[in-house]
Amino acid sequence: MDDVLPLSRIIDHFEDRVTVDETVSDMPCVVVGPDDLVALCTFLRDDDLLQFNFMADICGVDFYPDSPRFQLVYHLYSIPFGWRIRIKCLLADPPLAPTITDIWTTANWHEREAYDMYGIVFEGHPDLRRIYMWEEFEGWPMRKDFPLRGYKDAYNPFGDEKKDQGDAS
Amino acid sequence: MTEVTVVHEETMASGLTRDVLLNLGPQHPSTHGVLRLLLQLDGEIVERVEPHIGLLHRGTEKLAENFTYTQIFPLTDRLDYLCPPSNNLGYALAVEALLGIEAPKRAQYIRVMMAELSRISGHLLITGALPMDVGAMTTLLYTMREREMVMDLMEMISGVRMHTSFCRVGGVREDLPPGCLERVLEFCDIFSHRIADYEQLLEHNRIFLARVENIATITGDDAIALGLSGPNLRASGVDWDIRRDAPYEIYDQLEFDVIVRQDGDCYDRWKCRVDEMRQSVRMIRQCARQMPAGRFLVDDPKIAFPVDKGLLAHSMESHIHHFELAAYGFKVPAGEVYVAIEAPKGELGYYIISDGSEKPFRFKVRAPSFVNLQALTERTTNMKYLADVIAMLGSLDPVMAEVDK
Repeated sequence: MDDVLPLSRIIDHFEDRVTVDETVSDMPCVVVGPDDLVALCTFLRDDDLLQFNFMADICGVDFYPDSPRFQLVYHLYSIPFGWRIRIKCLLADPPLAPTITDIWTTANWHEREAYDMYGIVFEGHPDLRRIYMWEEFEGWPMRKDFPLRGYKDAYNPFGDEKKDQGDAS
Repeated sequence: MTEVTVVHEETMASGLTRDVLLNLGPQHPSTHGVLRLLLQLDGEIVERVEPHIGLLHRGTEKLAENFTYTQIFPLTDRLDYLCPPSNNLGYALAVEALLGIEAPKRAQYIRVMMAELSRISGHLLITGALPMDVGAMTTLLYTMREREMVMDLMEMISGVRMHTSFCRVGGVREDLPPGCLERVLEFCDIFSHRIADYEQLLEHNRIFLARVENIATITGDDAIALGLSGPNLRASGVDWDIRRDAPYEIYDQLEFDVIVRQDGDCYDRWKCRVDEMRQSVRMIRQCARQMPAGRFLVDDPKIAFPVDKGLLAHSMESHIHHFELAAYGFKVPAGEVYVAIEAPKGELGYYIISDGSEKPFRFKVRAPSFVNLQALTERTTNMKYLADVIAMLGSLDPVMAEVDK
């Protein structure tokens, strides 16, 4: 598209609660705290000059052993203008984030996936259950400290031995 | 299952009748793979649909974090296994964006041609499978016949029918075999007539129309909120196609129309795909005619194997590069990128975070089928009866391997 995304509009509105991540080059990227995430998403969707109406993806990231350990990455798209934007939200351990299912219904399964894979709890989510793994499964498979082959049990003789202090539950 | 008990207690107290909890799948022809649906039924009326997915979960993302960048190609093949070239293309573009390189023009044309061929292959399945789900068996036999022609072309180009893994970072694996483009054009000539045959079989078929017309209607706003993309979204009147709005590779060189329909019912979702196949044929013809000569892989020994295999016999330097590349892979500069392409099922996005090593730090796939399938849980207009759920599921065209990743 010809026009550039007016990032300053977002910064003016949220002032110091939102910062721009300059290290990213493929699309504009803003960093926000969990407290302002819902406000930012609502603003991006409803503002007439932005209209980010399409929520493409939610991605959990684990920076173990760094701190803050977790990050949520949201990718939004504005169908009327053809812009993309990335929102990053850093989370402490244990990770707790607000849900955005009230803004986009599609967030429901994306958040369930992030919960299933990283154990990120979304406050206010209507149906926060595991989505890929079975209900009885213990641990968060995509975390960096979860072994590639899983933990050894009756069904998985090739898995790693579980350490006592491991936070697999 | 625990859910069964809960619902029974709730509903038994409420009156003389009680809801039935029906378990559809995971092994059922109409679920197109291993999808388990839990349906709460009041007689034949569906009160609630609850998909249980994950039966085919292979941990693609976790595996990818432990693979080198080239080793990931076969993993992407197995997402939407009807259209592997398209999945390869999206992934290759993402890594190329991180590396800051671009594939040679010829490679781009080959990739786009294969992606469009695979779009036909993917759309052919739903063109035949949705009618089969609602009782019109015949079309599937014809569409499978034509799909076999696409498979033959894939085999001719890459040596494999399904999991082609033909893309490489910076190009494609091999050049096209001699006589390939003639065969592709021949296929286009035959196939463009066959599309009309399917339509003739179905468009005036009263039984088919009664099962899909005005069934499970999704409005444009709902479709956007649900995150639908691709033909599912365009069937609801939203004019958005990544190939036109953010052209990647050589799509800006091709002439094609974006198919948009207004009703958003099962019929429109089906028809949208049938019409898209015509556009794909147009694009394949243009690709075959415009196909430039030249390299099919970048000339960078750190990233790609040498095209001239004879070099390995007498150049020590090539030999070292070849060994390093095969044994350790190549390093990708630290950074992150999200690349979305218009896959046959919708927006296929790859989000890669690189920490500068040979393996991605985080590899996320935005799988269109996963998002599209979620629409089944919403109370859409005119999705009242059990039979409508089957039509809706068929028209959303999920591939379970992609849903479960």
